[in-house]
Amino acid sequence: MKRKIVSIVLVLAAVMMMLSLSSCGKEYDGEINVYNFGEYIDEQTYKDFEEEYNIKVNYTTYETCESLYSVLKLGGADYDVLITSDYMIGRMANEGMLMELDWDNIPNYELIDDKYKKLEYDPEELYSVPYMWGTVGLIYNREEIDEEITSWGALFDEKYSGNILMFDSPRDAFGVALSYLGYSLNTTDEAEIEEAYELLVQQKPLVQGYFQDQMYDKLESGEALLGAYYAGDYICMLENNPSLKFVVPDEGSNWYVDAFCIPNSCENKEAAELFINYMCQTDVTLANMESTGYASPNTEACDIYAEDLDESLAEIMFPSEEVLSRCEVFLNLPQNILDLYDSYMVKLKA
Amino acid sequence: MKTKLSVLGRVYTFLIYFFLYLPIFVLIVFSFNSSNSRTIWSGFSLEWYGELFRDSVIMSSVYTTLLVSFISALIATVFGTAAAIGFFNMRGKMRTHLLNVNNIPLMNADIVTGVSLRLLFVAAFFALGRAFGAINGFLGTHLPVSFDLGFGTLLIAHITFNVPYVILSVMPKLHQSDRNLMDAALDLGCTPISAIWKVVLPEIMPGIVNGALIAFTMSIDDFVISYFTAGSKTQTLAMAIYSMTKKRVTPKINAISTILFTTVLVLLIIVNIRSLRQSKNNDAKQKKGILK
Amino acid sequence: MKSRAFAYPYVLWMALFVVAPIIIIVVYAFSASDGSFTLDNFSNMELYLSVFGRSFGLALIATITCLLLGYPLAYALAHEGPRAQGIMLMLIMLPMWMNFLLRTYAWMSLLEKTGLINRFLGLFGIAPLNMINTPFAVVLGMVYNYLPFMVLPIYSVIVKIDKSLLEAAQDLGAKPSTVFTRVIFPLSLSGVLSGITMVFVPAVSTFAISKLLGGNKTMLLGDLIEMQFLGGSYNPHLGSAIALVMMVVVMVCMFVMNRFGSDDEQVVMF
Repeated sequence: MKRKIVSIVLVLAAVMMMLSLSSCGKEYDGEINVYNFGEYIDEQTYKDFEEEYNIKVNYTTYETCESLYSVLKLGGADYDVLITSDYMIGRMANEGMLMELDWDNIPNYELIDDKYKKLEYDPEELYSVPYMWGTVGLIYNREEIDEEITSWGALFDEKYSGNILMFDSPRDAFGVALSYLGYSLNTTDEAEIEEAYELLVQQKPLVQGYFQDQMYDKLESGEALLGAYYAGDYICMLENNPSLKFVVPDEGSNWYVDAFCIPNSCENKEAAELFINYMCQTDVTLANMESTGYASPNTEACDIYAEDLDESLAEIMFPSEEVLSRCEVFLNLPQNILDLYDSYMVKLKA
Repeated sequence: MKTKLSVLGRVYTFLIYFFLYLPIFVLIVFSFNSSNSRTIWSGFSLEWYGELFRDSVIMSSVYTTLLVSFISALIATVFGTAAAIGFFNMRGKMRTHLLNVNNIPLMNADIVTGVSLRLLFVAAFFALGRAFGAINGFLGTHLPVSFDLGFGTLLIAHITFNVPYVILSVMPKLHQSDRNLMDAALDLGCTPISAIWKVVLPEIMPGIVNGALIAFTMSIDDFVISYFTAGSKTQTLAMAIYSMTKKRVTPKINAISTILFTTVLVLLIIVNIRSLRQSKNNDAKQKKGILK
Repeated sequence: MKSRAFAYPYVLWMALFVVAPIIIIVVYAFSASDGSFTLDNFSNMELYLSVFGRSFGLALIATITCLLLGYPLAYALAHEGPRAQGIMLMLIMLPMWMNFLLRTYAWMSLLEKTGLINRFLGLFGIAPLNMINTPFAVVLGMVYNYLPFMVLPIYSVIVKIDKSLLEAAQDLGAKPSTVFTRVIFPLSLSGVLSGITMVFVPAVSTFAISKLLGGNKTMLLGDLIEMQFLGGSYNPHLGSAIALVMMVVVMVCMFVMNRFGSDDEQVVMF
């Protein structure tokens, strides 16, 4: 018995020695914790940042804006840089959860097109630096589905029962239902939201489940045939399954800007701003566009990227004014409506 | 009748083992797949192992996991053994009450333990920050005023759920041990500490070792409690795996399963061959004794 | 110095990290976000009765399945030769050393519509079965993950049963079935009870299994609690109340059950 223990302890000690030698060989000048959506960065870019500035980046990911909000609210976790969606930045700014940025430290902000500045979620340009933008649409498997889909209706069609994927994030899921019903995505009319909820309840038996990042795998492998998801991610899926199609349905949809911001818990604001500035560099932006399939608000980067881009892909990455005019941005909603969303979402899944 | 039953038993046992090992077998096979599909075989490759070792997030999470399991098992063993000896020497009611409290982390669902510790840490950080802030203002010191979840809180959480297992496996050994030995040692002039060190500990050693191993295993396997107590920069392997399963699938997960599985398998085989040899020797000795 | 003083450091630890957290949960459960006392968290809970029902129902099914599968296995194990026992026990414990998320994840590849089981059935022209993202898949995940927790305690009790008792019963003319129902099963009851506890508690509170195998459609208590703290709908007060109710219900179940058994609980693993 004793020998058993000794041998186990020795093996463990050896493994830990090896690991510590391989991982902790370096002294950093600083450390920042970055929190982002899953599958939303070229991981090499933050490693290059680590190299260049000798600042360690602890990079972790989350699934939905709402879970990001919970994590910050609950406390105890100290993030320095967040990447999240427009409406959530609006909400956090309203609730005083964000720090004002020091623009002197982010000169690359100039590279960003004015179209994406001073939007409703940050009208005074205090808190956020746009990272990527895109639209929500319907992705379907053209090989298995023998028709051109142009309406959200397909997601509620019994014909596709068992093959449908739906958003797990509440605003996105309700957004689909509200668009289909022809209501505003930012409606504060409780009756309209209830109608959308009823629609989602009816849809529940038809869907495989409520997912976020797992969608990739399910749509690529043909495990599911259609689902609502983001344009950029569609472009990534296409590499693994060329028979997928993307459409922004006729009823309209959501277009969004995801942006960097710095929460109050940040302890190293200068390093955080350095990171944001680095990520706005055109070469870094290009790497991230390449890896995520999203369009950047950096015009220079977009022009370079569009040069040798397939036209059909360009239409999806940089949708035309006609498409965008059908789309609406999510705004932050009053607290009673947010509570309503929360309780409907739990009830829907319960 | 008996043979029929045992044939049936064998078949049954085989089926259960098949059920237990089929998914693991599938995981292992597809770790060598050359494409990133989980279900379509497209040729042999070691690509995913290379990717795995290059993934600094996973490698550092393995380090964190081993470190926290090792330290927490060690501390929990010392703590738990001392506590068990203490409880054992208490009077009836007090002991029952304390043992009941000790059982709470065992009986409680992991998620409740995790959530409640998270709330405790957050509240404690807040209170400490306020208190230190006041002291700083008063005395001009530079005590830290903001705290974060991290390795420290993770370690506290692991120790908390590990100690009860150690106590539970040491207690029965204490009950089996001979009380008079301790008294005899004391009568012969031992101090209580040296009596425990020289008399009690050797007797309950198997229980302590068993407890330490259980604690280590529980730490390695834990996901839920770590998930709630580790914070923003510390990640255990289980947490890294959780975020991997939610993302786009990569056979890196399969590769890591394969490595874990073979490591444990090899360790267990080594340990068991040793103990088998020992028991064989013992058998042989016994047989000789009978022949004599 | 009395040797009971050895326990004092741990008693302090328990006060800080076992008792205090539970007090905090209770405080949260009975307060609103502005800190005032309220019972709303409990009265709002009827919305989630279906989640309670489903969690306890599925956990119960999983526990019974584990018992039905695990008892015969433990029994068969206990009647093998000592060397085979050693190896077979090791094989039962081996999967437990791999992370439970990996074990659960493995089932995804098997159960999916385009998964291996359906591919295999397809070879015989059988239409694909719809297995993943159903309550069935969730129960399967539970049974698979927690079966060893049922087998080990039962095995460790059966293996200690005095063989001469069985012989005595047979000599006195008891049929094998009577020997089982009157002698073996009653003697192994303590193992069965601790097995049930060790399966039921994690099964009722699991989160992640339903996420991976249930497609987020089969919400269980664990998911509901997680949602209130770190997930989609932030409300730690409601989350605490749900956790508290779950804790109390589970404790009451266990208490009632353990009335029927002996109370010498013991974990045996190695």
